Amino acid sequence: MTTEAGSETEVKEKAEESAAQPDQSEKSTEETQEVANAEGEEKEKEKEGKGIARYLPTWLKKQKSQSQTSPTKEVPPAEDAVSKETQKEDESAPEVNGHAEEAEEKEAVKSELVTAKEAESHSTASADTEPAKEEKVEESAEKSPEKTPVTAEGEGAEEQEGEAEGKKEGGGGGEGGQTSIFQSPLRLVRKTKMKVMVCHVTLLDGTDFDCEVEKRAKGQFLFFKVCEHLNLMEKDYFGLSYTDSHEQKCWLDPTKEIKRQIRNNNGQFVFNVKFYPPDPSLLTEDITRYLLCLQLREDVASGRLPCSFVTHALLGSYTLQAEFGDHEPEQPRPLDNVGQLTFAPNQNKEMEEKVLELHKSHRGMTPAQADVQFLENAKKLSMYGVDLHHAKDSEGVDIMLGVCANGLLVYKDRLRINRFAWPKILKISYKRNNFYIKIRPGETEQFESTVGFKLENHRSAKRLWKVCVENHSFFRLTVPEQPTKARFLTLGSKFRYSGRTQAQTRTASSLIDRPAPNFERTSSKRISRSLDGAPRISITEATSENGREPHLELHSDSKVKEVDLSPGDAEATPTQSPMRVHGDNIYVRHSNLMLEDHDKTQEDVLKHQASISQLKRSFMEAPPPSPPQPNQWENRLTSSPATIRIQQQQQVSLEEEIASVLLSRHSGFCSAPSACSVAEPTLDGDITTSTASRLTAVCSAAAPLAATEESEPQAEAAAADNAISDTKEPAKTTEVEIEETVVVQEVSVAPKPGLVTVTTSSPAGPPAEQETLEQEVTVEAEVVVAEEAKAAKQESISSESESEEEAEYHPNLSICHTQIPEEEEEQQQQEEEEEDKTAEQDVSAPDAPSLPAEVGQPVEATSREEEESRNEDAEEEKNAEEERETKASADGPEMTPDEALNGHTLPEESVTAEEEPRMNGEASLAEAEHRPQVICCSEPPVVKTEMVTISDTFAAQKTEIATKEVPIVHTETKTITYEAAQLDGNGDGEPGVLMTAQTITSESLCTTTTTHITKTLKGGLSETRIEKRIVITGDCDIDHDQALAQAIKEAKEQHPDMSVTRVVVHKETELAEEED
Amino acid sequence: MANMCPYGRFTHAVVRGIPETFGKAVEGGRENGETSVDLAKAQRQFGCLTGALRQKVGLQLIEIPPDPELPDSWRIEDVAVIQGDTALITRPLKQQRRSEVEAVRRVVSELNLTVVEMGAEEGDSGGATLEGSDVLFTGREFFVGISSHTNHRGAEVLADTFRDFAVSTVPVCGGARLRNVCSMGGPDTIIISNSDGAKKTLRMMEQLTDHHYEVLIVPEESAANCIYIKGPSKLDFLLHRPAEECPDSVSAFQKLQDYTLLPTACSEASKLGASLSSLCLLINRKHTYF
Repeated sequence: MTTEAGSETEVKEKAEESAAQPDQSEKSTEETQEVANAEGEEKEKEKEGKGIARYLPTWLKKQKSQSQTSPTKEVPPAEDAVSKETQKEDESAPEVNGHAEEAEEKEAVKSELVTAKEAESHSTASADTEPAKEEKVEESAEKSPEKTPVTAEGEGAEEQEGEAEGKKEGGGGGEGGQTSIFQSPLRLVRKTKMKVMVCHVTLLDGTDFDCEVEKRAKGQFLFFKVCEHLNLMEKDYFGLSYTDSHEQKCWLDPTKEIKRQIRNNNGQFVFNVKFYPPDPSLLTEDITRYLLCLQLREDVASGRLPCSFVTHALLGSYTLQAEFGDHEPEQPRPLDNVGQLTFAPNQNKEMEEKVLELHKSHRGMTPAQADVQFLENAKKLSMYGVDLHHAKDSEGVDIMLGVCANGLLVYKDRLRINRFAWPKILKISYKRNNFYIKIRPGETEQFESTVGFKLENHRSAKRLWKVCVENHSFFRLTVPEQPTKARFLTLGSKFRYSGRTQAQTRTASSLIDRPAPNFERTSSKRISRSLDGAPRISITEATSENGREPHLELHSDSKVKEVDLSPGDAEATPTQSPMRVHGDNIYVRHSNLMLEDHDKTQEDVLKHQASISQLKRSFMEAPPPSPPQPNQWENRLTSSPATIRIQQQQQVSLEEEIASVLLSRHSGFCSAPSACSVAEPTLDGDITTSTASRLTAVCSAAAPLAATEESEPQAEAAAADNAISDTKEPAKTTEVEIEETVVVQEVSVAPKPGLVTVTTSSPAGPPAEQETLEQEVTVEAEVVVAEEAKAAKQESISSESESEEEAEYHPNLSICHTQIPEEEEEQQQQEEEEEDKTAEQDVSAPDAPSLPAEVGQPVEATSREEEESRNEDAEEEKNAEEERETKASADGPEMTPDEALNGHTLPEESVTAEEEPRMNGEASLAEAEHRPQVICCSEPPVVKTEMVTISDTFAAQKTEIATKEVPIVHTETKTITYEAAQLDGNGDGEPGVLMTAQTITSESLCTTTTTHITKTLKGGLSETRIEKRIVITGDCDIDHDQALAQAIKEAKEQHPDMSVTRVVVHKETELAEEED
Repeated sequence: MANMCPYGRFTHAVVRGIPETFGKAVEGGRENGETSVDLAKAQRQFGCLTGALRQKVGLQLIEIPPDPELPDSWRIEDVAVIQGDTALITRPLKQQRRSEVEAVRRVVSELNLTVVEMGAEEGDSGGATLEGSDVLFTGREFFVGISSHTNHRGAEVLADTFRDFAVSTVPVCGGARLRNVCSMGGPDTIIISNSDGAKKTLRMMEQLTDHHYEVLIVPEESAANCIYIKGPSKLDFLLHRPAEECPDSVSAFQKLQDYTLLPTACSEASKLGASLSSLCLLINRKHTYF
């Protein structure tokens, strides 16, 4: 990407780090700020910055200073250095306001530095591009000054929040994320040379917002820029769309590079509502509602949102009231105002008169009230929030598929002819131009059915699929599902919703405590009206004022995130960032302390859990200030240890990280009590870790993970986002969803995306997680590569599917497909090119798979006898550890606790999924050794678990599952009996029982058969589903078809009653394309 | 949306008298030979119904005089679908009935309703047929039963007319018409018969709806057609078939809390496949915009 060959690698790294992953970047930034190291680094930075500044042209500096953008961006670090004490400040302060003022006033030097950095970025941009661009930049800078204050501030906030955004700042953002960045000023310089592209974003009020973005910047960067410009905090309902080369409107994926998505597009974007909140009155801020109103006005006026004449008139009258205030009888030509506005596709005088008539009745209504009324009416429209896609049904009849908050609607012409609510959908997939949904069987039906639709082409199918995945995740899940890093999904796309879910965003927005921002209703161009409830300020003034407040607000957001991550996780909806994980860790620690006597029975554990949960709550409830500290602490730990780990034990660190991710996810789901149970594992893990046994650490981590997985099948979904899931305050929500999830698990035979994701980290695909990993792993990239090479040997049997052309998504699924580490490895190999950059990520990926596998085993055992099993596991693991190359890092223990906390909550439910992943992991490991392993799980009630120890070759994967009753047996054949349902953490506990699990490994083939029985209680009705999953992993030489046929045959012989519902073939070699 | 308010608020009822030709002509093609209808009794029952609507419930009643030339004109429900301030003049299946709409159109126009003609757009809605007895409006959405009398084209026209609402099509299995097997029993309550066909229809409705309805299942199909009105007095009225006509279902109605039950006989009309709701069009002229 970079112009300079020499700097390419570095640049890439930086770019990825800074821009690629918002979450990570956020985490990284937070971490950096918080971490003790950060101080030193910051100082260094300052020095660097100064140095750089010297080289920069003065005019650049001036520009920056004017725009104030630079200060804000870099201020954060400075602040950190200045006031570590007040993390609050940092978090809250991230915003430009605080920074700009403080930095400039108190620490002019810092600001200078910052500015210098920005200047650098600008300079680079300008240098790369033609002079014209430079001019543009200048112009923009000049333009902005008035307005910019806000934007600049916003930018600062954004940067802090998501360094990913700060491509320009690249260096700064990257620095936050990675220590390496801090280290060398040279890199900064190089970064400055990065090319810049100009993005034109059309806002909802019709105005344009131009923004310069580094070419490798990810979508999130631009999006955050826009949100800052708008002073929007509840941004999760919105998104940026662009028109692709086929004239199709697409959503800009925040986790992927902008340039790779838009391709032929000239950088034209539209800021739109992406998820229409079903109840706008629950939005926290008026500005959010205002933006939603703008969107809906457009929807109505364009006919996208059809409504009747009366409704048109009514909505128009509220628009009039909001824009022009009270009706003034003496107004000479009242229709003039009305005529300015477009209310309907076919607006006529009659309608305008009706609008005026209704407008008179709104006298005294403030703009905000009018907006509320507008939304209250609009939300009831049947097509509100329905995203329509053209399709044909199986008979070739033209229909429309509407994706909305509740599910998928099928329209023929204007008639609704079918509806599939999200809870009824087990799987969403597409293949070529076919779009499929698998429907949960009804009460009277025995088998799930699959409904297929034909779309115009595969792009349309994929677009619909993505919209479905996102809408489901946003509205249905408490925590987003992890992006599928791995190729688990048969179908190639790893796409997952990466943002916050509605539940999370609601939680986050409930923490917004900034004063209501002033905003101008631009469509009316009206400055202010005496009658208006809210005074309106001219743009300039408003901006200036807004700038501060907004900053504060923004900061608050950032705070929220941070808080969430650290202590507050439970409540706050954490982002995908690792930070959350850290936060979890903190909690975990507490819990660990509490739970030190883990060896006791589960009952004790449960008690502990209760107490822990209380602690958690209290902790979470604790004032914001406290949380930050822990974060820093955690950050430090993570950061420093991580590096160490990397050097020493790559695998371990990776695993830990992964585990942490999983935990975070799970945590979201897990109720507090569950967390307690997890704590036990963590303790073990810690102890073991202390002992320096790598395996132990891994095991501990794995166990917690497994627990988490078990607890919540949905964990998958939570995935990367799960980190965010920390928000658990709301056990309630969680529970509900869990129920759903459970159901899904029952039904779904398909692979679990989440687990897969965790396990496999495809270099290209896995954005956030990988990035995070990258930070830690960076150094070890080479090592990873080596690992990958090894991995390459192992190829999954799965045949290839065109990643872009096919994809599956299991909405509620908890079930994990066994992930095949091999596949991951293969992917890695394939992606080796990218690996250089992502090598770090890749490394993490390998670990991840192993972890899940390990976890899976432990989890099973753990579910009942988590304590004992854990201990045993730990021991076993220790033994194994030696054999294994896995390195246990100090981080491991931390991670584990978190995981444990999170995971334990719902062990019962997710058993199947967990098991499977485990199985996979084992299988994959087995492949390496080529030893046949059979894992059999017998009756649910008995919790006997026998783990077969895998040969040394397998890294970290060897977590052992110890059963209270059954000692660990090293054998080729493993029999594990698992009961998932013992703990009913959730209101509706859905016990899942792993009946049998077999893994047969030969040199070239690994066959894992998992039989899972899940019983679900729904309102008195009990459902029992038996699912059998067979995973075959093998080298490339394997005849997939034959192996598959054989496996199916065997399965049928064993269970004649069973039907094969799904055959999934994964091809490792495929490279996931971010673009699509 | 502007038109959305809980089901049951009505201010006016439009009815059309029973003509002397009641049960003849059009019915001739059917089973009229076997079914002997008592004209006088039918008129008495009609009188009871209108009396209940006017005096018990308190609606303003508009009665269109009967037309002997239109033996089916008393089934006024079929010829218009009225929601809010919009009246869709339908296109009945039978050619003979299409002239029934004229009088109704006049009335709704006088009530200042926005009149939408289904038959007017011949080009677009060519072949569209829709009868009001296949339309169930719940206050939140429309269900259109695809029956022998109502086709998809007709439902599309209805959906195009009432754009604020979701319009879902459901198969009608239990009876000849959707409203024969179900009706509204309250703002969120659907009364439906216990037949297998009705259950199938109900399942489809439940599948298609975004909302949750209470379901009151009555053992007799004839009991499933009721008229629920939240009258001007804010009381809940339910006109239902009397115990003589559906002895097993009356107890079900009594489960409805705080309802004023108005047993209304409809035996003669029901012999012709009609029911209580077939006899009236309900209109709410008190629009509340919020």
